Amino acid sequence: MQKVAVDMSLVVDAPQKVVNQDYRWTLNFGPQHPATHTTLRLVLQIEGETVVGAIPDIGYLHSGFEKIGEHLNYNQYVAVTDRMNYISPLANNVAWHQAVESLIGLELPKRCQYIRVILAELARVSDHLLSCGAMALDTGAFTAFLYAFNQREVLYGIFETLCGARFTTSYSRVGGLMYDATPEFIRQVKQFVKDFPKVYVEITRLLNRNRIFVERTKGIGILTKEQAISRSVTGPIARASGVTRDLRKDQPYLSYPDFDFKVICSNGGDCFHRYLVRMLEIEESMKIVEQAINNLPEGPVNVDPEERAILPSKDKVYNTIEGLITHFEVVMTNRGLQAPKAEHYDAIEAPNGELGFYIVGDGSDKAYRARCRPPSYIHFALFPEMMKGHTISDVVAVLGSLNIIAAELDR
Amino acid sequence: MSPADIHQQLVRQFGDKITGANVTALDPWVEVAPAAIVEVGTYLRDDPALLFDALNDLCAVDYFEPDAKKAAKFAHQPHVEVVYHLYSYTLKHHLKVKAKLPRWKNDQAGELPEIPSVSKVWLIGEWHEREAYDLMGITFTNHPNLRRILCPEDWEGHALRKDYDFPLEYHGIRGQ
Repeated sequence: MQKVAVDMSLVVDAPQKVVNQDYRWTLNFGPQHPATHTTLRLVLQIEGETVVGAIPDIGYLHSGFEKIGEHLNYNQYVAVTDRMNYISPLANNVAWHQAVESLIGLELPKRCQYIRVILAELARVSDHLLSCGAMALDTGAFTAFLYAFNQREVLYGIFETLCGARFTTSYSRVGGLMYDATPEFIRQVKQFVKDFPKVYVEITRLLNRNRIFVERTKGIGILTKEQAISRSVTGPIARASGVTRDLRKDQPYLSYPDFDFKVICSNGGDCFHRYLVRMLEIEESMKIVEQAINNLPEGPVNVDPEERAILPSKDKVYNTIEGLITHFEVVMTNRGLQAPKAEHYDAIEAPNGELGFYIVGDGSDKAYRARCRPPSYIHFALFPEMMKGHTISDVVAVLGSLNIIAAELDR
Repeated sequence: MSPADIHQQLVRQFGDKITGANVTALDPWVEVAPAAIVEVGTYLRDDPALLFDALNDLCAVDYFEPDAKKAAKFAHQPHVEVVYHLYSYTLKHHLKVKAKLPRWKNDQAGELPEIPSVSKVWLIGEWHEREAYDLMGITFTNHPNLRRILCPEDWEGHALRKDYDFPLEYHGIRGQ
């Protein structure tokens, strides 16, 4: 360990008294470190093995997504949202287009809503599998990670069947979806619903009473309800601290009121309870997926082409003059999709928390301002507070339980 | 409580510090004089009928048309808006609060406009304000740690401004 001279007076997060006291050390954690999983950096101040201060340093993956949003139209930008939280890109696609559609005032057909619900929930399952698996990996339980990744592979297969891409799905469109769900996709989802519970039970058996895992996560990184509220924390992290907030219930969107599911909450507030909340949420998500796939309504998947939002079917384009005209109007600038001169914020319950987009429309087919409210950004701000008084080895447990995705953090 | 009621209550409480509102918009908003933002914010957080205990999001929007030909048609006067999305975990309602600032302080290009920081009212405001400073160029006075957060410390300009020019070079790295 090397002592680094850092001018601590520049850094307000750090305790001011410790300047120039030589028994405290500064440890640089990241940006390249196996346990950060993504590119983020922490400057830790340690005394012995205890962390007395932590300064997050972010921005390594900043790529100006909000600026790009002002130059791409509402359909093109969906490709950028894939790259925000790349663990659950489908949830980002759904979030972006939901904000656009509610700005324009489009009402989606029931089938599209159901498919989007299924995808958002499968994305949640895949995200929670990764975050629980990676947290277990960092705290010494390797096997669970492999089990989780194996199931994520199955999910990628399903996404590939649906839209041809595994990671960067870009599946939603304004007023609909890229393609309708095929019978093969429906079969695969039904198969997944059938097979997954077996593996799920195995993962919980590997971790829930695993002495090493429990000892390393219980009582670590406690977040109280008051802290969670003053830091406007959302998602599983807030729910593990006793905040009963779930947008799926509080401000129902898509077809969530049609489904029977519970909001998982806990009063624990530590890493272990965040893990538990995530695992139980997987169970609830699978319930939703099962109900949705079994009751998938028939009918169109896109809104009426008369809305000038979505391209008409090729059949109509080639065989009717109206279809041809509509097609050209939709692809022409200033004739197709036009958002009103209004501003709107809409959010969904993404796997990590509330993922919202604030869009300022200026009457064209591009956003004047496309602000993203990334849950990781808000959760990472908690980190110094949660870390105080714990040891260096707890850093990875807390990071894992917060599930920080740097691409979303930095945008 | 409906947005109209909230607006009425705020006007009764603060008078002309509430400079405008649109309670029938898609997202209802209330406009506050920049100097009064901390006072109004604290009231919004603590009043038992409002209880906006969370700052859900804070962002800034630059209203400006750099192209002189298009500027005549542009619907807005050039200004920068700071938008506070408030949410109440207890009462489960939303409100959007806006504060309008000039694009540059005293109309001197390069002088950043100023607004008091709300990081003492809602703790998360600290990081959001650092981002708004970094990308939009707004100085938040009384902020505990106003440094750039996403861009490097020696970056020039504020990227989300509409008249921002991407630098051609940064430490020997070519841009564009």
